[in-house]
Amino acid sequence: MTKLNQNRIIDSAFKYFGIFCTFFGLIVLAIFIFNILAEGLQRIDWDFLTNLPSRRPAKAGILTAWTGTAWILGLTAIISIPLGVAAGVYLEEYGKKNRLASIIEINIANLAGVPSIIYGLLGLEIFVRTLNFGGSLLAGAFTLALLILPIIIVATREALKAVPKSLREASFGMGATKWQTIWYQTLPAASGGILTGIILALSRAVGETAPLIVIGALAYVPFVATNPMDEFTVLPMQIFNWVSRPQHGFVVNAAAAIIILLLITFIMNGIAIYLRNKWQKKVNW
Amino acid sequence: MKNTGEKIIEGALAFSGLITILTTLGIIWVLVSESFSFFQVVSVTDFLTDTEWTPLFTQKHYGILPLLTGTFLTTAIAILTAMPIGIAIAVYLSEYAPKNFRKSLKPALEVLAAVPTVVYGFFALTVVTPFLQNIIPDLGSFNALSAGLVMGIMIIPMISSLSEDALHALPKSLREASYGMGATRFQTAFKVAVPAASSGIIVSIILAVARAIGETMIVAIAAGQQPILTLDPRDAVETITAYIVQVSLGDVPHGSLAYKTIFAAGITLFIFTFVLNNISFWIKKKYQEKYD
Amino acid sequence: MKHIEANNVNAYYGENHVLKDISLTMKANTVTAFIGPSGCGKSTFLRCLNRMNDYIDSFRKEGDIFIEGKDIYDKKVRVEELRQKVGMVFQKPNPFPKTIFENVAYGLKIQGIKSKSVLEEAVEKSLKQAALWNEVKDSLHKSALSLSGGQQQRVCIARALAVEPSTLLMDEPASALDPISTAKIEDLIAELKENYTIVIVTHNMQQAARVSDKTAFFYMGNLIEYDKTKELFTNPKHERTENYITGRFG
Repeated sequence: MTKLNQNRIIDSAFKYFGIFCTFFGLIVLAIFIFNILAEGLQRIDWDFLTNLPSRRPAKAGILTAWTGTAWILGLTAIISIPLGVAAGVYLEEYGKKNRLASIIEINIANLAGVPSIIYGLLGLEIFVRTLNFGGSLLAGAFTLALLILPIIIVATREALKAVPKSLREASFGMGATKWQTIWYQTLPAASGGILTGIILALSRAVGETAPLIVIGALAYVPFVATNPMDEFTVLPMQIFNWVSRPQHGFVVNAAAAIIILLLITFIMNGIAIYLRNKWQKKVNW
Repeated sequence: MKNTGEKIIEGALAFSGLITILTTLGIIWVLVSESFSFFQVVSVTDFLTDTEWTPLFTQKHYGILPLLTGTFLTTAIAILTAMPIGIAIAVYLSEYAPKNFRKSLKPALEVLAAVPTVVYGFFALTVVTPFLQNIIPDLGSFNALSAGLVMGIMIIPMISSLSEDALHALPKSLREASYGMGATRFQTAFKVAVPAASSGIIVSIILAVARAIGETMIVAIAAGQQPILTLDPRDAVETITAYIVQVSLGDVPHGSLAYKTIFAAGITLFIFTFVLNNISFWIKKKYQEKYD
Repeated sequence: MKHIEANNVNAYYGENHVLKDISLTMKANTVTAFIGPSGCGKSTFLRCLNRMNDYIDSFRKEGDIFIEGKDIYDKKVRVEELRQKVGMVFQKPNPFPKTIFENVAYGLKIQGIKSKSVLEEAVEKSLKQAALWNEVKDSLHKSALSLSGGQQQRVCIARALAVEPSTLLMDEPASALDPISTAKIEDLIAELKENYTIVIVTHNMQQAARVSDKTAFFYMGNLIEYDKTKELFTNPKHERTENYITGRFG
């Protein structure tokens, strides 16, 4: 019977190993967040949020960075939401069997796997140089919009797929056209799922650094952007810049800025998860 | 008979879908055209066999190998970290954990993937490296090990989530057959379930590799910017992505050969991730056919 | 007067020949029941009458169907207009996840009618016709999903009536409902007959006997027998019909 006992020991040993692994990543993250809070929390005050960048760490603030992030968030949303939702609607509701749709579908799966820095190279050549946007907010927003487009498209399709057929039939049965059915029934019914996907995609855009470095977003911008053609910086850029400086004061600044960035990311993800749960409950009619 | 308004709308929607194709064509065109003019100056043989990468120095060499080894090293460390942990999580969640546990832990793990990478870079540089220096005294302040480990933590949810999906999709009868023979959960998991779901698990690992190869900020911050041909994880290295960042931050004039190097580096990166992604699609497709 | 006329209708799903040479006529202001075992083609035929099958890719139809003298598959016919004339009620209540008012007003809104008073009037009239007004008049702006199954189905009927169709197609409208709700729907059908031509698909032979003037028995894509309901149930001409209505199969 020793073999049997041995098997049982291995079995429960793995259970604890599994639990350990499951929490490992989360514990490491918790340690890190604790570290960041210990280092950066004392640095966050009104001045930090409203000061322009400075060469002296104690005077430097993140005003240009967080306003830049807000600009990028807004512009990226304006560009990517209509395009992404429209493409998702096309693929799910119109392009069920045509060749174009199946090419687009394979293509989207491929785009989703392209590293973000490659989008930076695309943005650099197309938006910064060819279209002459320079290292502006607009160039950054277009680049990030292309980056998150696949996420929004896939989320839109999933949400539309979950809308029951009976709803479409009811609308067609009333003499509604295809577009009327989509606009009045299918899209509103899928809106919760689509919104969840949009928020997750935008939260991804807020955290991106690499493509913006490539298109030439600046680490040091001494003014607050007032229009889409202005040069800009964003929170992740500011953090990256401070991290690479030797003085400890800047590391503290970076920690403080990370707290703000994580707060934004977690709030967006929290909203998305909340919406997803709410919507999933509702969808079972 | 379709009315014209409907036709116009359908056209507009299809155009939005076309944007994604234009994006792909744009990426390929940009990479190919810029690197084409790069390869008119630097021969492909030099690019692939020269062991030095010094485009920004006076003594110029254009051998991609040091960037490839740097990329390979950090990716290997990341995968060696994430793979055992990710698969253990997947097996635990699908075979052991109570159902509601599974439902709440999966989204919790996704948080790891939601943290911006620049934040992970900071973590690697300011927390993990000093910690590792206590254990490995001659570890530099920039090194492949720390960057790779942190990248591994970031991609855990990628492997665990997709592998768990693959395990979860297995028919219940398969496990019951094994339990019916008196096997333990561990035996059932590793002798029956994991082999049966192996294609899904392999797909998750391939996608994780592609993600690690393309990861930029962690390595740019914590692994250093020295293109040295080495496989020692204690050394500072430079990955393809970190090199692109390095050039982008400097003021290399547009149109110069140094400027074109980032596209040559970019196309190398693109080919790697493209091939990996397509292998994963191919496996996924084959696997789906088998089960349908 | 012939209200609906079908001539030699054949239909296919891919290779499957699901309707075989169906010809029949229905008079205005009558109730016609389609009965038969599952898969006999009765629902497919019903869905030919307002072209709901158009959305199935593999579907193909031959033969002609006329409603009020018009060929409904004619190239000039706009399918949306057809469906406003030929309303449909589905097997499972499928109200939109919106208010009761929005549900009933939907058909008018998509026709571009915006006037609030017109909509209110139409909603009230339709809900009254659907015998639901008294139950919901104080909660018109509540979600239709908050109603019971039987009430939801009557919202769907009111929704179909609001656009003033001439014909109402009902695809097993009571199969998902409890007996009391079913009785209400059946009473309603008897009342609606005065103004509408009704075609109802049902699994329930008692229901067919109770509500319809004429009954068509379908079997494996064929129209086996079509006659006055009373005649068909008391004196079936075909052995298959007799076997079915006496419960020997199906």
